[in-house]
Amino acid sequence: MTETYNIWVIILGLGAGSFFLRFIFMGVIGDRPIPEWVLRHLRYTAVGFLPAIASPLVLMPAATEGQLDPARLAAALVTLGIGYFTKNVVWAILSGAITLYGLLFLLG
Amino acid sequence: MNSVKAAFWSGVRQFMPFNIVVIPFALLFGVVATEAGLSVFETLSFSVVVIAGAAQFTALQLMAEHSPTIIVLASALAVNLRMAMYSATLAPYLGKAPLWKRAFVAYFLVDQVFALSSMEYEKRPEWTVSERLAFAFGVATPMAPVWYIATFFGAYLGNAIPDGMALDFAVPITFLAMIGPALRTLAHVGAAATALIVSPLLIWMPHSLNIMLAGIAAMIVGAAIENRMNRSAP
Repeated sequence: MTETYNIWVIILGLGAGSFFLRFIFMGVIGDRPIPEWVLRHLRYTAVGFLPAIASPLVLMPAATEGQLDPARLAAALVTLGIGYFTKNVVWAILSGAITLYGLLFLLG
Repeated sequence: MNSVKAAFWSGVRQFMPFNIVVIPFALLFGVVATEAGLSVFETLSFSVVVIAGAAQFTALQLMAEHSPTIIVLASALAVNLRMAMYSATLAPYLGKAPLWKRAFVAYFLVDQVFALSSMEYEKRPEWTVSERLAFAFGVATPMAPVWYIATFFGAYLGNAIPDGMALDFAVPITFLAMIGPALRTLAHVGAAATALIVSPLLIWMPHSLNIMLAGIAAMIVGAAIENRMNRSAP
């Protein structure tokens, strides 16, 4: 699938862009104050974009041609729940993976 | 031992528990990237140049969906927008350091370096800029090599993993696992719920634009809830 891309454009572009985002305030703006409304929006980038990417993959998995899949849906809910209650990313991934493989095995 | 060295070693020590998160995450990226068709060298370069797991997974996912290069870059960078907030948070503490040192901190400014540094700076207002820099570099010193080496091993192993392991689900599982612990306030929950609902509703849009629009909508909702809660607070 990646053969249609120039992977180096993506690696170097993403590297340069990420560095820019990490450097912009510390390097360019220094210790001048940043408007509160800007920071307020930036606080929600992670909890905004990660679910935006994940939810279509959960509800319409490519592996089942976009049909809702009980094993994948259950694994997603378990991962989210364990992550929320334990605050531990690794436990959440492990519980999700066990649920997914367990159900794929049981449901054939 | 002088105070700058002490700050450095304190950073090194405080990173250690995070190995439990960083190593599996980097291994998984290595596996998924090689499964997607990247060579071991390309996969390792990705982790060295970009050094941001969630954005790297996002780029892989959008390539799998055959999105145009510009959308792959824009979406992965949108995931990294939070790093601008990290930069803004550390700026008052490090703004007086030489530019080249700030540039190095910026390269290493991943979630763990930010989280540990910002907490430590707040706890130790008496620290000089040198001590603050030493602490941040102390956290980065084990983090970066661990990230690179675990990516390499993941890529190396990925070549040996058979198909049919349902690795299509590695990205959503990893992202959902990161969302759970981040739901600290009602505003975070509101933002995440907005994205979870809006993104599948806009799935008909071309070029995976549903991700960009749902993410922006989530940021607006999160900020609005926070604003309202601040106003109603005594």
